[in-house]
Amino acid sequence: MPFIPTTEKEEQDMLRAIGVETFEDLLETIPERVRFHGSFNLPDSTSELEAFQLMRRLAQQNHSVQDYTCFLGGGAYDHYIPSVVNHILLRSEFYTAYTPYQPEVSQGNLQAIFEYQSMISNLTAMDVTNASMYDAGSALAEAALMAYHVKNRAAIIVSKAVNPFYRDVLRTYLHGQNIDIREIDVSADGITDVNQLKKHITDQTAGVIIQHPNFLGNLENVHEIEAVTHASGALFITSNDPLSLGLLEPPGAYNADIVTGEGQVLGNPLAFGGPYLGIFSVKQEFIRKMPGRLIGRTVDSQGRPGFVMTLQTREQHIRRDKATSNICTNNALNALAATIYLSLLGKQGIQEVANQCLQKSHYLAEKIAAIPGFELKFKAPFFKEFVIKTPIPAADVIAGLKDRKILAGIDLSKFDYGFENALLVAVTEKRSQAELDAFAESLAIIVD
Amino acid sequence: MEIPEDLLYTEEHEWVYVEGDTAIIGITDYAQGELGDVVFVELPQIGEHIQQMEPFGSIEAVKTVSDIFAPVSGEVIEVNSNLEENPQLINQDPYGEGWIIKIKMSDPKETEGLLTADEYQSMIE
Repeated sequence: MPFIPTTEKEEQDMLRAIGVETFEDLLETIPERVRFHGSFNLPDSTSELEAFQLMRRLAQQNHSVQDYTCFLGGGAYDHYIPSVVNHILLRSEFYTAYTPYQPEVSQGNLQAIFEYQSMISNLTAMDVTNASMYDAGSALAEAALMAYHVKNRAAIIVSKAVNPFYRDVLRTYLHGQNIDIREIDVSADGITDVNQLKKHITDQTAGVIIQHPNFLGNLENVHEIEAVTHASGALFITSNDPLSLGLLEPPGAYNADIVTGEGQVLGNPLAFGGPYLGIFSVKQEFIRKMPGRLIGRTVDSQGRPGFVMTLQTREQHIRRDKATSNICTNNALNALAATIYLSLLGKQGIQEVANQCLQKSHYLAEKIAAIPGFELKFKAPFFKEFVIKTPIPAADVIAGLKDRKILAGIDLSKFDYGFENALLVAVTEKRSQAELDAFAESLAIIVD
Repeated sequence: MEIPEDLLYTEEHEWVYVEGDTAIIGITDYAQGELGDVVFVELPQIGEHIQQMEPFGSIEAVKTVSDIFAPVSGEVIEVNSNLEENPQLINQDPYGEGWIIKIKMSDPKETEGLLTADEYQSMIE
């Protein structure tokens, strides 16, 4: 049906047909005093050309990482996205489908999700990956809830080296559940203080949560934390940057029970904080308590392969009051972007991207540390992100570099670390040597 | 369809076999037929106390999930852990290998309110 407004004559015909004089007569039952009689605060109508020009002028006020050199990280990163990702992603079969889970009509979508689950399971070295969640924060909170239900213990320990925003989401999700959330401090090395963990962990701890590499970019002592965690019978929950797994040991290898992470880095653009991609992988034994849904591969009565939704009952349709989680959707399109990205890069490509992040970030860190007044805040090994101590407030560094079209990083004084003059800098494979050199030179100039 | 004479039944399609103060509990042949292929059984913990007509676990079939209600109150003393690996035992042998839990009854008088085989038969007809 085309959208064509009715003419005045047609309106009159319709009103006459139903036996009233005016449109207002139809509203008779609505009391006069609650009706709106003013005029709407809307501009006059404009032509298409004028509207287009107005929108363009407004859009030009936005500045993005196309206009600035981006060293911002903290959970969302400016990685390179091969253009073919969008060519596949924006096919209308994928792009317009809403909850496309009728297996008879959506084998392509179901297969895409199945491939996503398989690739992430390979990358994390875990048995099972769900069809995806909203973002790393919600995935981590769901992991904490799951640990609570699996272990039937009411305490969660989370390292303060976990992204402060994820910790906020965790508190929000667990609010009202009578779960004790205990935060473990960051050591002078910028990693989780394992001694404090040992002090606070008890036989009532359901799960221990760390991020690796952590929010400050540093690598955690995962093996030590795993040993302490499992000795108390708690589940070991990690949040990982999937790109880091191109180089680092996968969490399955250090015996993580639940692995979460932010999949934005896998082919999803920066977009004002989302929609992003929550990764959620578990060991086989926890599959029945896993939130979300799982797509499986099976065969039909004639032995032909097909894809179906395998686990969904607890969350989707029935017994929702008894569900361990109330999540009932997943970010399928973002998961598809990750699938395309991973399939294009392959094993070597992921290694290459991870290696470039590592090398370039270390190159920049050394350059900055050589500038008088600046130094690296921590000595711990880091992957693609690091913290620098600045001789002036980090906010002033950020403002100064913004004038030079550089997004310098994140001012850590905004968070609960008690760090003053500390800047979190992220370096992706996209940064050229010239850009890294320009960053260091600009720092030297603005504090001079 | 089989409805053994020596068992008692609930309107929720559980059966119970009483021996002294011990009760073995499962779901009926009729119930397993209605559910279809059972793919998962959620069992309680040993030592847990269950209340008459309160759910103590659930049975997941291909298309549905259903609570299992306790015919009588008591403490769980044994669970059929074979069901964890082979939930289809409930389809194959609901009154034998497919039993679900064994409890020590706290109030054996509760059995008086349960259905006999004849009563259960006429209820499902």
